[in-house]
Amino acid sequence: MFEIFGIPSQALFGQLLIGLINGSFYALLSLGLAVIFGMLNIINFAHGAQYMMGAFAAYLLLQYLGLNYWVALIIVPVLIGATGIVVERLFLQYVRKLDHVYGLILTFGLALMIEGFFRNYFGSSGEPYQVPNLLLGGQNLGFMYLPTYRAWVIVFSAIVCFATWFAIERTRLGSYLRAATENPALVRAFGINVPRMVMLTYGFGVALAALAGVMAAPIYNVSPQMGSDIIIVVFAVVVIGGMGSILGAILTGFALGIIEGLTKVFFPEASNTVIFVIMAIVLLVRPAGLFGRTA
Amino acid sequence: MASLADPAILSTRGDGTRSLSVAFAAMVAFFAVAPFFLYPIFLMQALCFALFACAFNLLTGYVGLLSFGHALFFGWASYLCAHAAKSWGFPPEAAILFGTFSAAVLGLVAGFLAIRRHGIYFAMITLALAQMMYFVAVRAPFTGGEDGIQDVPRGRLFGLFDLSHEMTMYVFVLVTVLAGFLLIYRIINSPFGEVLKAIRENEPRAISLGYKTERYKLLAFVLSATVAGLAGALKALVFQLASLTDVYWTMSGEVVLMALVGGLGTVFGPVVGAFLIVAMETYLAQIGQWVLVIQGAIFVFCVLAFRRGIVGELAAFLRVKL
Amino acid sequence: MRVVAGLVIALGALLTGAAQAQSPIPVKIGVLTDMSSLYADDTGPGSVAAAELAIQDFDPAAHNMKVDLVSADHQNKADVGASIARQWYDVDHVDMIVDVPNSAVALAVSDVTREKNKVFLVSGAASSDLTGPKCSPNTIHWTYDTWMLAHGTGKAIVQTGGKTWFFITADYAFGHALERDTTAVVVANGGKVVGHVNVPLNTQDFSSYLLQAQASKAQIIGLANAGGDTINSIKQGAEFGIVKGGQHFAGLLVFIPDVQALGLQAAQGLIDTEPFYWDMNAGTRAWTKRWQVKRPGKFPSEIQAGVYSATLHYLKAVAALKSAADGKAVVAEMKKIPTDDPLFGKGLVRADGRTIHPAYLFQVKSPAESKYPGDDYILKATIPADQAFRPMSEDNCPLVNASK
Repeated sequence: MFEIFGIPSQALFGQLLIGLINGSFYALLSLGLAVIFGMLNIINFAHGAQYMMGAFAAYLLLQYLGLNYWVALIIVPVLIGATGIVVERLFLQYVRKLDHVYGLILTFGLALMIEGFFRNYFGSSGEPYQVPNLLLGGQNLGFMYLPTYRAWVIVFSAIVCFATWFAIERTRLGSYLRAATENPALVRAFGINVPRMVMLTYGFGVALAALAGVMAAPIYNVSPQMGSDIIIVVFAVVVIGGMGSILGAILTGFALGIIEGLTKVFFPEASNTVIFVIMAIVLLVRPAGLFGRTA
Repeated sequence: MASLADPAILSTRGDGTRSLSVAFAAMVAFFAVAPFFLYPIFLMQALCFALFACAFNLLTGYVGLLSFGHALFFGWASYLCAHAAKSWGFPPEAAILFGTFSAAVLGLVAGFLAIRRHGIYFAMITLALAQMMYFVAVRAPFTGGEDGIQDVPRGRLFGLFDLSHEMTMYVFVLVTVLAGFLLIYRIINSPFGEVLKAIRENEPRAISLGYKTERYKLLAFVLSATVAGLAGALKALVFQLASLTDVYWTMSGEVVLMALVGGLGTVFGPVVGAFLIVAMETYLAQIGQWVLVIQGAIFVFCVLAFRRGIVGELAAFLRVKL
Repeated sequence: MRVVAGLVIALGALLTGAAQAQSPIPVKIGVLTDMSSLYADDTGPGSVAAAELAIQDFDPAAHNMKVDLVSADHQNKADVGASIARQWYDVDHVDMIVDVPNSAVALAVSDVTREKNKVFLVSGAASSDLTGPKCSPNTIHWTYDTWMLAHGTGKAIVQTGGKTWFFITADYAFGHALERDTTAVVVANGGKVVGHVNVPLNTQDFSSYLLQAQASKAQIIGLANAGGDTINSIKQGAEFGIVKGGQHFAGLLVFIPDVQALGLQAAQGLIDTEPFYWDMNAGTRAWTKRWQVKRPGKFPSEIQAGVYSATLHYLKAVAALKSAADGKAVVAEMKKIPTDDPLFGKGLVRADGRTIHPAYLFQVKSPAESKYPGDDYILKATIPADQAFRPMSEDNCPLVNASK
């Protein structure tokens, strides 16, 4: 066994793997943000709140309807996605064409309202949610103990990320979407209902956030502020990846998870700050992010 | 990125200076009598934030660069002023100058790095720099971590005026804030300010006219940071404390909201916005749990119905410059 | 004529005298707390409810007093807290402020209170500086502090065999103070600290730190953090099989809402120190039942119980002085009369402003052991009042030195 800067290499592998798992949350969340930004031109600050709603919805389904994790994994994104569609109809459609700041402030206001409501009804400490029985326990990999649930998180989110990327970049529907962002008038002329497509896209982005929320419920504290704690980091991920770039968001999400994981070993105090250091450097070197197109 | 300030405001009757002087007189009159009706500490807090929002407005409203890291200057000036006054025994005027000057230096460094980027990327780079300095504030021994620097002495201004007296402090804050306000107004209406507005409307054209826009933007950034620092340093003396809240990104967000609610790119908008947000924070505090929901609802409402901000809408309605 | 006039005057004097006896002594209490943020469950509306109960139990009418209650949300901002406190004292004639979680806000309010010569009763904040270097003749610290938490939990665990420790510490003053104090206790009792890691505040994922703790092979993982950070550490610790692997968590600051948020499945076996548990005895249970009328489905935290106890004791002191005007005098009176209430039992307020009462070491029950909602703790040990808090000789409180 060799050592790297005084850390046994095996321990380091463990930390890298952990980083990759956290990265999969970043990837899922930033993917939703990137989809929404790419298609609606809106910086969805309510994304964190919607992620939190996903986790709470899973808790409520279990508590009041007895529906387990697996059912929640399917129902919750649909439910919360539907609330997203309502939000798009009620508010966002009016600010889409304006400067980014307005969309940002509007969704920030929504995030505050959602957080406030949840805090009033559920309190600030949070609610319990257990790991589903099927995924209890874990494997000893020799260099670390890997809980089965974490393995599931990484595999499942990789699949979701890939599927989303594929749907947008490689299918006909995706090509309509991309075309609609480039030139909505032209796409409309082809008989495609652009406003409806935009509405559904927002719903889909929100559903992704909710899905991440369900996946987070068994391992992170299900509390009203869980979203506001993570939103700014996810935001940074999207910027580093290049605003609106699907692939950029996914890859940056995973990569930053790993970098953060390493920081937690070598300079743990800075693990929340490292992401901003990277963002500053990336923006200085590559103005439009790693995978972004320069405007 | 389209300009944040609505050009409709610019289509005004006459040269517009009369409405401005009337509004300025009204503002001064209001602040002169206000302490007899409203609580002076609340007013001083509102004044500090008003100056902060005006400084932010100089950069965002008139140059069109949205900073999401202005807490960096506000908060750090606040810390350094508090530290100078408490640990080094600086008199208040020197402590404030020290805080303000530090903000100018920070502004020079941050501005140098940030001004080469536009739009949302500019916002993000300022956010990143501010968060890095937040980290320093958490770790540096002199800031006292989450306890902050407490019990900062207000001292005697120029060795003459005892600032621990509430009304003396109020007059000092009012005079300083008005001076800062007039300075910004002067900058906006100078030839330099005209170039800034030209950059906001169309930067390539300004470049083609031979202006070195980078230098103009950097200077505007430093000025904005300096005045924001002045506001932060004042606030440290008003409350006799400096804390992490003022360097955290939420504070950067709050100043965006103040300027936006009042009206970006208007002269008086940031003052009105700051006043409203501080009033909301102070008076909503009494109603407890619903604070967040009400605040959120107000932001949503503002974006949907009051996009030019209160002063912007008023100016557009009266067709005057405000 | 003269006789009549004399009679009138005498009658008038009688009447006014009677009126004076009737006009009640006004007292206004302000609950300054966190209504909308991180600590809202441990304090917040529950603290207001506790203060209301204290006023009710005191029965102001019987003491010829009129007690008003106001409350506000400081949003965890020191400047907001200080500004509300000033306004309350200056404009709204508030005589006493109680609760105030978040040590930054509490220190700021303590300064304002001293300047205005009012009374400040801390229940929510943890910093032991409030009765140490920053003690004030206008401030009393109720319920708990970092020294109590560190010593209660640290000592008891080392004595029951938890010799080696690893700390997961929130990277700010409160976390460092907890770690430093606990380390001192662990070492003094023959234990050893094998490692520690500083974690930024509001971290979501602790798995990396848990792996480091696991690798250290320490018997005890001390959590020098609070709220969501503690909950996340323990929840993920269960996932990573920390407890199954033979290591134990020691929560240095755990409140019952945290345990409720974790669920017993994840929290079982956790050890912590608290001066109050709702299910201690008939008195605490009866009180909790009344409190729950205002807060259905919740269980009171030690901070909320402390707000009740502090408010009750304050009102007794005001009744004895027949005036709430002079803050220093009221605090002096509070230090003179012993404390006594159904929640904390009998105790006293020391010269440095520290309230002294026993503290208890609890262990969280397993789901099988819990018989009804809120049945969360097993009492492991009682720390007598004279050992639960920092001795005054180690305070560095200027008040104590001055009186010597």
